[in-house]
Amino acid sequence: MIPSVRRTFWSLAVTVVPDAVTLDADGWQDVEERIEAALSSRPARLRRQLRLLLTFLEWRPILRHGRRFSHLDAERRTEFLDRIQHSSALLLRRGFWGVRTLVYLGYYGRPDVRRSIGYRADPRGWTAPGHGTAGGATDSATGGGEVQR
Amino acid sequence: MIQREYDVVIVGSGAGGGTVALGLAPLVEQGRRVLVLEQGPRLGGGEFTGEEVEMAEALYADSGGFLTSDGTMTLAFGRVYGGSTAVYTGTSLIAGARVIDDWDVPELAHADLVERSRRFADQNNVHLLEPHEINENNTLFVKGCERAGFEAHQFPVNVKGCLGSSLCNLGCPNGAKQGTDRVQLPAAEARGVEVVTRAEVDRVEDGSVIARVSGISSGGKGAASEWEPGEYRVRASIIVVAGGAIGSPALLLRSGFERQLPRLGEGFTCHPAFILVAEHSKEITNDVGHPKSYYVDRANEEGYVLETCMYFPFVTAKNLRGFGESPQRFLAAFPRLQMILVLACDRATPGNRIAVDSDGNPIVHYRFTDEVVRALARGTRASTRIFFGAGAERVHAPLARPAEIEAEEADRIDQRIRAAHFLPGTVAVSAAHLMGGCAMGKSAADSVTDGWGRVHGRPGLRVADSSLFPDSLQINPYLTIMALADRTAEAIRRDAGELLGSP
Repeated sequence: MIPSVRRTFWSLAVTVVPDAVTLDADGWQDVEERIEAALSSRPARLRRQLRLLLTFLEWRPILRHGRRFSHLDAERRTEFLDRIQHSSALLLRRGFWGVRTLVYLGYYGRPDVRRSIGYRADPRGWTAPGHGTAGGATDSATGGGEVQR
Repeated sequence: MIQREYDVVIVGSGAGGGTVALGLAPLVEQGRRVLVLEQGPRLGGGEFTGEEVEMAEALYADSGGFLTSDGTMTLAFGRVYGGSTAVYTGTSLIAGARVIDDWDVPELAHADLVERSRRFADQNNVHLLEPHEINENNTLFVKGCERAGFEAHQFPVNVKGCLGSSLCNLGCPNGAKQGTDRVQLPAAEARGVEVVTRAEVDRVEDGSVIARVSGISSGGKGAASEWEPGEYRVRASIIVVAGGAIGSPALLLRSGFERQLPRLGEGFTCHPAFILVAEHSKEITNDVGHPKSYYVDRANEEGYVLETCMYFPFVTAKNLRGFGESPQRFLAAFPRLQMILVLACDRATPGNRIAVDSDGNPIVHYRFTDEVVRALARGTRASTRIFFGAGAERVHAPLARPAEIEAEEADRIDQRIRAAHFLPGTVAVSAAHLMGGCAMGKSAADSVTDGWGRVHGRPGLRVADSSLFPDSLQINPYLTIMALADRTAEAIRRDAGELLGSP
């Protein structure tokens, strides 16, 4: 992530995923590297469009709030992005959807985040430790018992 | 340019190409040379890790993020040995008579498709999972359907030795899913059909295809290609295009066939879909077990189909509407989430089509018709009732504003969920049932091929994939693709003497 848009990206990321405020420097670096890796196989124009969009999002709030996006409080950032998200201009809606997708990819792509939300898919399936058996699951679904996980 | 010579070249190795490959194995035994060119790599069993982003990059075109031209829908299709059969869930339904009769394709009878589909169902070990193999994400769907007045049906699936990893869409880590990568292609290769991976076909020229074979990218998955990297001209008397509903029309358009085939690229349909997520008060089994065991078919009556599903954290987040606390709260409740996929049964519509840009890259033009949006709204209301019938506390419904609906609002579902809330670019619509573009029909005036996959006016050029569908299938398409590809293979065997001469 180039420095000129990094601050905007961080501000946007913690608005999209509020729990991202808990990321430390290594965590942010990991998120950015995941996004960079995803973009590396896509056309170069996508990176340019991303930088343009982040620059637009940084400066656009000046007109309404007199401050740049990264200087707004959380409530104002949310209001602003909500307006962008429902803009009458498809280009803006698409752009925001794209950058929001990248934030999710960077954040929820992290193994520690997946663990923290309780995602436990395992190639071993039912035979993985802690997953219990499907039979137990069926009993629980219909009878309300506790699930073995 | 390196020259190669074969009798038959098949472009693509998915449900269509893999089926044709095995169907033409008898020609190899008669001394013919049959080649399959697959754009994606061949992965080893140990490379299917189930890691979401890593596997999406390895298995899907554009890592699963291929967008329609206006950027409002994501199209998912495989780019790997086995094509999309490596990444589907293996749900195996046989097309209904109503749809096939509506297609009105000469020499294509429903009974014939049923017979062929059953044969492939047997070949691929299609069966119903036993009750003890089904997780709560699915049993809750059945319970919700019973309470909400919907008829749930169980999906037959093509698995063998399934451990229930729930990772079908990331490639089965246990090789349990019986796609063409597990069944038809290995059998064809054992009988002498050659398969070359990492081979991207640029165009079809008179009696040959032009292909580029790539090397291994650094850090990427998969074995090296069977051929040295480079540009190839592969001569063949018969060319079978089986690159899928985007790849096949795009290849023929790049090759300049649109003048003689004015319908080329037209009639694209895809069952536009989105995910609904519901939160229960306690943990359920959802990320273990086969993810897609049941469905509700309201295609004929209301234009939608509901399917159980279970996706991965990133894809789930991407599919939730909005941002901030609400979607984050749903994600944080992952072990308590139930999911339903709503699919609209779209119809072939003027303007929804495949094209290519000036560099020859495929472009998919797609506009959501009012009927599709209304069908998605009806399906969303039905799913929400099913969730609440199953005991969910709250539902995330993309066509509600705000998207969260609490159980206390269950009597206001019709008011809360409205088609008017559909705003392209704010709702994460995606599709994996890509159909049309080289439709079967009567003549070049209304179609690209006849009912046997023969391109009108080009006896040596055949099509064998979902691009043949004249309109949407309204169910999961892979068995029907195999049945149609089997017809293409049969016609080639029949015509081989005339087209290929003596071996």
